[in-house]
Amino acid sequence: MAAVQDGQMELDAEKETKPEILSDGTSNLSGNTASGTLSSSPLTAAPAGGAPKMEDQQTLIAVLQFLKRNKLTDSVEILRREAGLGEDQEDSQATDGSGGGKGDVDGGDANSLLSRVSITSAAAPQSMCDSPLMFMLSAAGADDQPDVSVVLSAYSQQGDPSLYQVYYSGLKNFIESVLDCHRAELSQLFYPLFVHMYLELVYNNHENEAKAFFEKFSGDQECYYQDDLRVLCGLTKKEHLKGNEVLLDFRTSRFVLRISRDSYQLLKRHLQERHNNQIWNIIQEHLYIDIFDGMPRSKSQIDSMSGSLAGEGKREVNKAKVFHGLLKEPEIEVPLDDEDDEAENEEGKPKKKKTKKDSLGSKSKKQDPNAPQQNRIPLPELKDSDKLDKIMYMKESTKRIRLGPENLPSICFYTFLNAYQGLTAVDFTDDSSLLAGGFADSTVRVWSVTPKKLRKVKSAADLNMIDKESDDVLERIMDEKTASESKILYGHSGPVYGVSFSPDRNYLLSSSEDGTVRLWSLLTFTCLVGYKGHNYPVWDTQFSPFGYYFVSGGHDRVARLWATDHYQPLRIFAGHLADVTCTRFHPNSNYVATGSTDRTIRLWDVLNGNCVRIFTGHKGPIHSLAFSPNGKFLASGSTDGRVLLWDIGHGLMIGELKGHTDTIYSLKFSRDGEILASGSMDNTVRLWNSMKAFDEVETDDFTATTGHIHLPDNSQELLLGTYHSKSTPVTHLHFTRRNLLLAAGAYNSQ
Amino acid sequence: MAEERRQKLCSVILPTESMKAMAESVGVGSLQEDSCLALSEEVSYRIKEIAQDALKFMHHGKRRKLTTGDIDHALKLKNVEPLYGFQSQEFIPFRFASGGGRELHFYEEKEVDLSDIINTPLPRVPLDVSLKAHWLSIDGVQPAIPENPPPVPKEQQKTDSTEPLKAVKPGQEEEGSIQTKGQGASSAEVKGKEKMRMKPRSTHELSVEQQLYYKEITEACVGSCEAKRAVCVCNKCYLFLFQVRVNVVQNNLALLIYLMRMVKALMDNPTLYLEKYLHELIPAVVTCIVSKQLCLRPDVDNHWALRDFAARLMAQSCKTFSTTTNNIQSRITKTFTKALLDDKTQWTTRYGCIAGLAELGHDVIKTLIIPRLSVEGARIKAVMDGPVVSNIDKIGADHVQSLLLKHCASVVAKTRPLPDMVDQYKVDYGYLGTMLCSHVVKARAQAAFQAQTVNRTTLTITQPRPTLSVSQSGLSTSSGSRAPSIIKVPSSLTLMSTRPGTPTQPSPPATKYIVMATSAGAASTQQVITLSSSQSGSPVTSTVPSTPTSLQPLVKLESGNTGAVSGSRPLQKYIVVSLPSSSSSLENKSSSVLPSSTSPISMESAVKLERSESPAANTQSH
Repeated sequence: MAAVQDGQMELDAEKETKPEILSDGTSNLSGNTASGTLSSSPLTAAPAGGAPKMEDQQTLIAVLQFLKRNKLTDSVEILRREAGLGEDQEDSQATDGSGGGKGDVDGGDANSLLSRVSITSAAAPQSMCDSPLMFMLSAAGADDQPDVSVVLSAYSQQGDPSLYQVYYSGLKNFIESVLDCHRAELSQLFYPLFVHMYLELVYNNHENEAKAFFEKFSGDQECYYQDDLRVLCGLTKKEHLKGNEVLLDFRTSRFVLRISRDSYQLLKRHLQERHNNQIWNIIQEHLYIDIFDGMPRSKSQIDSMSGSLAGEGKREVNKAKVFHGLLKEPEIEVPLDDEDDEAENEEGKPKKKKTKKDSLGSKSKKQDPNAPQQNRIPLPELKDSDKLDKIMYMKESTKRIRLGPENLPSICFYTFLNAYQGLTAVDFTDDSSLLAGGFADSTVRVWSVTPKKLRKVKSAADLNMIDKESDDVLERIMDEKTASESKILYGHSGPVYGVSFSPDRNYLLSSSEDGTVRLWSLLTFTCLVGYKGHNYPVWDTQFSPFGYYFVSGGHDRVARLWATDHYQPLRIFAGHLADVTCTRFHPNSNYVATGSTDRTIRLWDVLNGNCVRIFTGHKGPIHSLAFSPNGKFLASGSTDGRVLLWDIGHGLMIGELKGHTDTIYSLKFSRDGEILASGSMDNTVRLWNSMKAFDEVETDDFTATTGHIHLPDNSQELLLGTYHSKSTPVTHLHFTRRNLLLAAGAYNSQ
Repeated sequence: MAEERRQKLCSVILPTESMKAMAESVGVGSLQEDSCLALSEEVSYRIKEIAQDALKFMHHGKRRKLTTGDIDHALKLKNVEPLYGFQSQEFIPFRFASGGGRELHFYEEKEVDLSDIINTPLPRVPLDVSLKAHWLSIDGVQPAIPENPPPVPKEQQKTDSTEPLKAVKPGQEEEGSIQTKGQGASSAEVKGKEKMRMKPRSTHELSVEQQLYYKEITEACVGSCEAKRAVCVCNKCYLFLFQVRVNVVQNNLALLIYLMRMVKALMDNPTLYLEKYLHELIPAVVTCIVSKQLCLRPDVDNHWALRDFAARLMAQSCKTFSTTTNNIQSRITKTFTKALLDDKTQWTTRYGCIAGLAELGHDVIKTLIIPRLSVEGARIKAVMDGPVVSNIDKIGADHVQSLLLKHCASVVAKTRPLPDMVDQYKVDYGYLGTMLCSHVVKARAQAAFQAQTVNRTTLTITQPRPTLSVSQSGLSTSSGSRAPSIIKVPSSLTLMSTRPGTPTQPSPPATKYIVMATSAGAASTQQVITLSSSQSGSPVTSTVPSTPTSLQPLVKLESGNTGAVSGSRPLQKYIVVSLPSSSSSLENKSSSVLPSSTSPISMESAVKLERSESPAANTQSH
């Protein structure tokens, strides 16, 4: 019983406060299988493999402290017993804030414990096949509102405020005087040091010194830190520090720098010679210096990776194995009738006939070694209608145009006229028959872009009258009177920032400023569920490619994984330091990518909630993400107008596409992955040769181990086409199954 | 750079006076200076925080403009009650009201009388959101439809043509520049690095009718071998040259007028990078200025007007395209002067030369024409007073004389000091002196009358435009006096200035012009159809009697069919023109009837259509 309480407590706490996130790996609380249709659920085999045990232990201790404080002695007892944690140990850990225990806690135990919490709280006799997917609470200790004063107390030791400028300029002079090869690397220190020193001054009420310090050195910082500096420059009082997210981020996450050993030695020697304790302390406490052996990196190499709010990702972070392969397609017998040929003839235009091999042949191939196990996460079973749809898909794909630099796609642009309300989100169904738009006036509108009109299901009374045995029962349940080209869905109370169709076209998700995600039925055109949990604007949501699951991300800096039949999230992906702006499912549904205002992209494992990749390099908030159809690559677009390409398997940046002049709001790979289309606020659609971009990557061993990349500047060669619209920002892009590109946006009359 | 940045990041703090004012507004009378300062710092910080949050909402709303709604949402994030009553879609002007030595910002809210609101008729219900699909690109090429922006920005065309080696971006490539690109490709192949994409020419930019039409034209003009060239819009320029040649040979005045108008339309089109085709265009235009004979009956037809118009075109192109590298103006001037100095030059050519020079500006008139006045005067005198040589010569001399007087008078009026003595003029300018003197006097009077607003005095000013079509239909009898020609109709040459404040002037015909343009614009396509059918055997023109009433049926026919082809393909309209070339026997009729009011305007409208932004969306949203 106590456990149940705990679960609720934690949830409440987590709901009320914006979770303050301390670490990335965080606690991995995996559950064990419950009875389900897939009896071989692999969830049990999910130990927190990647995450160090020490962290687990710390987390546990934090949980214990929390429970204690809330006078939940029973739970404390149970937890301590389960975790096998000695009281003394806990105490010693607790007093020593920075941790570093022996790490003898069995992660598995802890997991099983907390999974029980989730079992009871979820209390779900699911009809679906899933096991009770567990709550992955963000570092529970952190949930307990981190006392700002505690966080900041690190700043309390102070030197002479007037000497700060001297210290900083001393370091600056030193770095400018070192050899060129080291200078670029050591220059990375400037920004974090600058910020920490400034905050230290502010914290200790040296307002004037702080201002002078800012005046003097803010101009030296890299231009991509502009936005942060703007926030900083407003901070001049100790009182302001309270509740300022940026500050907390700086304090709570250590700024990560990658520096070669030589450069680091150089720096260390210098600081020790000068007895420059002030700076040394900051480096020790607030920075994480990731030292590698080998050649120092060049300026351009550093620049391409830096820019995020918390420095680069640590190298270890991107080492975890990611199963980026695709799942095996289910075997479906395709009735090979002559319908195909008829359709071919109807088309009139002689299209290139496709060879048979890429349509059906590939399906029977052996499974990709990089693919996750078929049942790594439980997936919904295919319904008959899904199978029909798959067959349709295969048929269509045989007629697909093979794209390439010589064969660019046609683009059909759907312009929203008279959208005074402001179009904020668009989505197409996979078969391109429906289009949904989210508007700033809280409405969601659904259009049929085919001649087939949208119809509601008849009312219950009328449905009773229907002969349920008839063959066309599915047709009969529809009410012809309601047929129209578009339907409006009312329900949200704020701008709708994200919409997503379910793969079976029966549902629509929308996320809004009002903090909810709503699930709509496209049969009745009514709202089915409102998923509450974010409590702050939800910027994006997306259905899993297999349906059932969906992910959402919002201003509360976490992304959540939901299942449509649970009113609470199954996973909370916490780790971003700022708003989660966009969320995308990997094609195999085992991973979720999130882009954030902190200028990083993270890849999360749906199975255990781990963050398995951190990609840094963008210089602005990320507003669009797209996985390549083969699951190997990720493209991301941000406000800086650049598209970056990432190799998921190696965890490396592999390309940079420059050309757009404004925020990129939409990215999409063609069905075969040969072409990447990007749509932007600058009213253009651009097509890029993604095949070439991926082919040209040389990933030698050195690159793979150190993560040093050398990007060829070949955006111009990769750019295949630029298409201007008159005054319509491109909000969404979609490739039909035959590789026709659909674009959508609202006409902007100014 | 660093300096600027620091400037930008400097923390701005609200003045303490604002704090005081706000405190007063909520009833706090006396506020300590210290608390004011503390408050203002705090408030400034909070405002910045909110602004930064509001920015997020703007980004996610996919807008570039921050709205009051964004700020409300940002306040909501902070658990602050949003501000009510500040909804505004548009930008809120920052106004100051000064009073009591302080400047205050205020939000303008007028008092509204409720009865006013009740009594005013309801505004139109705004249109609902609608979805419209169009092709942004077809197989990688952007079709030239009104939904898409004009094909290529001029600068792009310029870089394309001037620097063909620079990687040409596909999708923006234009068939017309393929030749230059071809060269680029060959040299690029030598480099072995750059792969130029030579897409197979796609023909969807032209409709089937257009292609047919081009074929007809080219076949009629230059034979089938050139038909291939007609793929692109810009290739019209080639056609011009041929057509001009052919028509000069055939002395088809009406067609030449059309062609010149086409040139004008091309020049007025801001989206075309015509520099590439100047070498094709200019000879054609010059031909129309100086050709010895432009029509079959030079004594009756008003080919002078054509020369005037072409001269003006020439001047315009000199003005817009002349650069230090191509030296168009000086080359043209040389050509004209050479012809002018030649004694054997015919009157027609002479007229053209003078017209061409005169249009180039006052300086040219002053340096090149005025010194020649006495010589020309003598020549004119010889024709006028001498034995009757031929009527044609006489008319020519007459025209040259009036032209000289017209252009020189204004220049002389400006340059020559008062008083205007007839004798002195005679001494200076010979035979023309007397008349010039009177013209100069008139010009001076007019200049004074028009309150020095006139930049360029044309003596034909007082012709009101609407009458043009009428006078034109009044057959060719008017050719003797320099009647306002057909060509004057699109009087929007850049040199012309709208002259304000002259009572005799017709009001600037802008509005009328548009109305006519729309009606005729749609009609022009209709013409295509009728004319092409006339090609096939039943000439439409023959059914139209060349009487003043002949205009009626034509107009009717057109307006009846406006819906046939929507104006989606404005380029078609250029084509209308050159059709009757095959039937040279009809040109008398066509010269008098056809060109009057419909076609010039249709040309204009074609250009207008091309330029107009977002036609569909606009009509929807209004």
